[in-house]
Amino acid sequence: MTTLTADSTTPLDGLRRFLRHLLYVMTDNPMTAVAFTLFLLIVGTAVLGPWIVPYDPLATDASRTLQAPSWQHWFGTDQLGRDVFSRVVVATRLDLMIAVTAVAIAFMVGSTLGAIAGFYGGWADRITGRTMDTIMAFPLFVLAMGIVAAAGNTLENIIYATAIINLPFYARMARTEVAVRRNAGYVQAARLSGNADWRILAFQIFPNALPPMMVQISLNMGWAILNAAGLSFIGLGVIPPTPEWGIMVAEGANYIISGHWWLALFPGLALMLAVFTFNLLGDGLRDLVDPQRRT
Amino acid sequence: MRKPLLDIQGLTVEFATRNGTVTAVRQVDLQLHKGETLGIVGESGSGKSVTSYALLRILDRAGRIAKGSIVFGGVDIGGATERTMAEMRGRELSMIFQNPRAALNPIRAVGRQIEDVMIQHGLATRGNARQKAIRMLEAVKIRDPEQRYHAYPFELSGGMCQRIVIAIALACRPQLLVADEPTTGLDVTTQKAVMDLIVELATERQMATLLITHDLGLAASYCDRIVVMEKGNIVESATTEQLFTRPRHPYTQRLMRATPRLDAQVSDLLPSDDPRRVIPSPRPSGAPLLQVERLVKIFGKTDSADAVRAVDDLSFTVHQGESLGLVGESGCGKSTTSAMVMRLLDPTSGSLRFAGTDLATIPAKAFARHPMRSQLQMVFQDPTDSLNPRWSARHSIADPLIRLGGLSGRERHQRVEELAERVGLPTPLLDRFPHQLSGGQKARVGIARAIALDPRLLILDEPTAALDVSVQAVVLNLLVKLREELNMSYLFISHDLNVVRLLCDRVMVMQTGRIVEEGPTAQLLSEPAHAYTRALLEAIPHPPAMPVTLPPSLREIA
Repeated sequence: MTTLTADSTTPLDGLRRFLRHLLYVMTDNPMTAVAFTLFLLIVGTAVLGPWIVPYDPLATDASRTLQAPSWQHWFGTDQLGRDVFSRVVVATRLDLMIAVTAVAIAFMVGSTLGAIAGFYGGWADRITGRTMDTIMAFPLFVLAMGIVAAAGNTLENIIYATAIINLPFYARMARTEVAVRRNAGYVQAARLSGNADWRILAFQIFPNALPPMMVQISLNMGWAILNAAGLSFIGLGVIPPTPEWGIMVAEGANYIISGHWWLALFPGLALMLAVFTFNLLGDGLRDLVDPQRRT
Repeated sequence: MRKPLLDIQGLTVEFATRNGTVTAVRQVDLQLHKGETLGIVGESGSGKSVTSYALLRILDRAGRIAKGSIVFGGVDIGGATERTMAEMRGRELSMIFQNPRAALNPIRAVGRQIEDVMIQHGLATRGNARQKAIRMLEAVKIRDPEQRYHAYPFELSGGMCQRIVIAIALACRPQLLVADEPTTGLDVTTQKAVMDLIVELATERQMATLLITHDLGLAASYCDRIVVMEKGNIVESATTEQLFTRPRHPYTQRLMRATPRLDAQVSDLLPSDDPRRVIPSPRPSGAPLLQVERLVKIFGKTDSADAVRAVDDLSFTVHQGESLGLVGESGCGKSTTSAMVMRLLDPTSGSLRFAGTDLATIPAKAFARHPMRSQLQMVFQDPTDSLNPRWSARHSIADPLIRLGGLSGRERHQRVEELAERVGLPTPLLDRFPHQLSGGQKARVGIARAIALDPRLLILDEPTAALDVSVQAVVLNLLVKLREELNMSYLFISHDLNVVRLLCDRVMVMQTGRIVEEGPTAQLLSEPAHAYTRALLEAIPHPPAMPVTLPPSLREIA
């Protein structure tokens, strides 16, 4: 890489530089552009969902049960005559909300614990490390099932369960990223400038450990969506008739054998698309937030 | 005339980057004959390493040979297939890299790594490879080669690792050895041993050597001919003797001037018309500022057998306004000493009296908020590593002012700009991030941050080790200027006696945690009493003195 001369900066310049960088990241890797577009589409759907759908996702119609996809019902109708397209679209918000909240909790708690473990070492490290090992020792989906089953079948508990099984990833990652920077020159320099330990950790080391964690967040998000849908699929968590991809796949699965494939296929595709998007997004995000790549 | 072994004509190497094509090497011509040693000297970004990578065809994916030809022993390297190149590398053309540890496989015994290359090129069989590998270890002068055969890289010192790399490079008796900064990062005494070894083996085998280095002194001591590169171009090519008696190109002259030599003062490193040039004035040293007494640092449990006495019963004094040099090779305890004096590390025992207060009694953890904190500051070795990559230069310089300075927003803003001006950093650069600054600019940011709180003692931990010589010359002059203006005391830590000499009134030589010799700089350098000091002094490669009769072009600037 060559060092280039950047012009003097004003806030507006900074924004322009960011936009130019965004454009560069997009054009450099078309997959990133695809991922960002899909991401915006998913977020848009989640926000606007209830207002853009053609039918009420909960309205049943006994005269129109199990109709194949048509111009009237793009994704067909289910066993109660509800419009599958409307249900898939409306479900986006719930599924995304569960995943975002769970990943946010996992990221905040996990990275804090991990950062402290990595920075101080010793007992803090040992306790966090072994706790995370214990969580990882369970098959994670079974652990999530157990938590929801034991704590009660509510939306909050699905979120907590998903957050808990994601904790170790963040804790371990934050620990390593912080530990390698613990003795960096700028950390020593910060000590000489009169910064207390917590301040060094929060303002010097942690922001520098963020880029790899952004990737983790994105990958995790897809996984969390899958996990939440999985819990609903086996009957834990979201309760029918609320539209949710996992339940819809579970209910639709009963009808595949009788040839009504659209019931399970479309929510399944939506799920796949969401997971795919978040997985692709990870790399693009890293390119965007890593200052080393910003010239 | 003999046909050269290596003939490079009009070589141009380009790299495709996101901002278009960058030409790293432009129209380079080089000839190298059998048994000859050619030095390529240049500063970072001069294209010297890229030239050698092109020669071995190991450019990374973005790079390509755009123009020109490389002919080695009759083979056109530019047009050779990858298969032919794989055959040639190691067997005909070999390379020694800068970081020997990174060049060795960390989980394979070193003897096996030597065997690998010989078996690969069919010069040994499974049966006799081991014996040949041990013979190679003997050739590179490793003691107990039979035992060392089983050693892993982490069990060996940096110098030993470099010997292993040399053994691997020479195992197949190549005709050309490319050494890319083979001794950067090694101690001076090790550097001498490694370079002597390379030259001895090259002579013995009638091998051509291409030595790539930033150090004119090193090139002068070991090369027959020297090529000087600047920004991808060859600016001068001459025999070593010619180059030093009659440097023609202004860049060569500047480079020669900037290389510290025994007879030079700090101001001599820069041309006489350079405004940044500073002539140090004699300063009487005042009252003792820092008194270190019987300082000991033991790593590991004090009473156990594997406890390491990193610093062993150290006592010294730094006076007000004085510059004290602390010289020693890696592992001698100088960095541990500086960390303790800086109060980043707690000593095992001993006292550190600074301006009347014993700092050793204050735990390192609590010292960050101590009023004395602002008076003890430090300039770090690696300017890149010591700046937070996510902070602008302005933010980095302002940090100590925010934490300990107690200045309001506007005052702080003014102070940062004043500091930038003082260290010669243009104000528009303050809003850049470290990766947008050059090495010298980063060093200035580090210095501005260190002097922001008007410290009384500044520790300089090899502040110029990571810089090019021409930048080093400017930074050293800056440090002299700041010392005069701000009346600071310096504790200058370095492995390079040549640099220490330029800045320090007094020098201490440290070996394995103890001070073996101490005295006024001039005296210590002219009449070293201790054998270790003498060894250090002898190992420094010296560029020949500046020509007495200056050529007309040089006379103008001198």
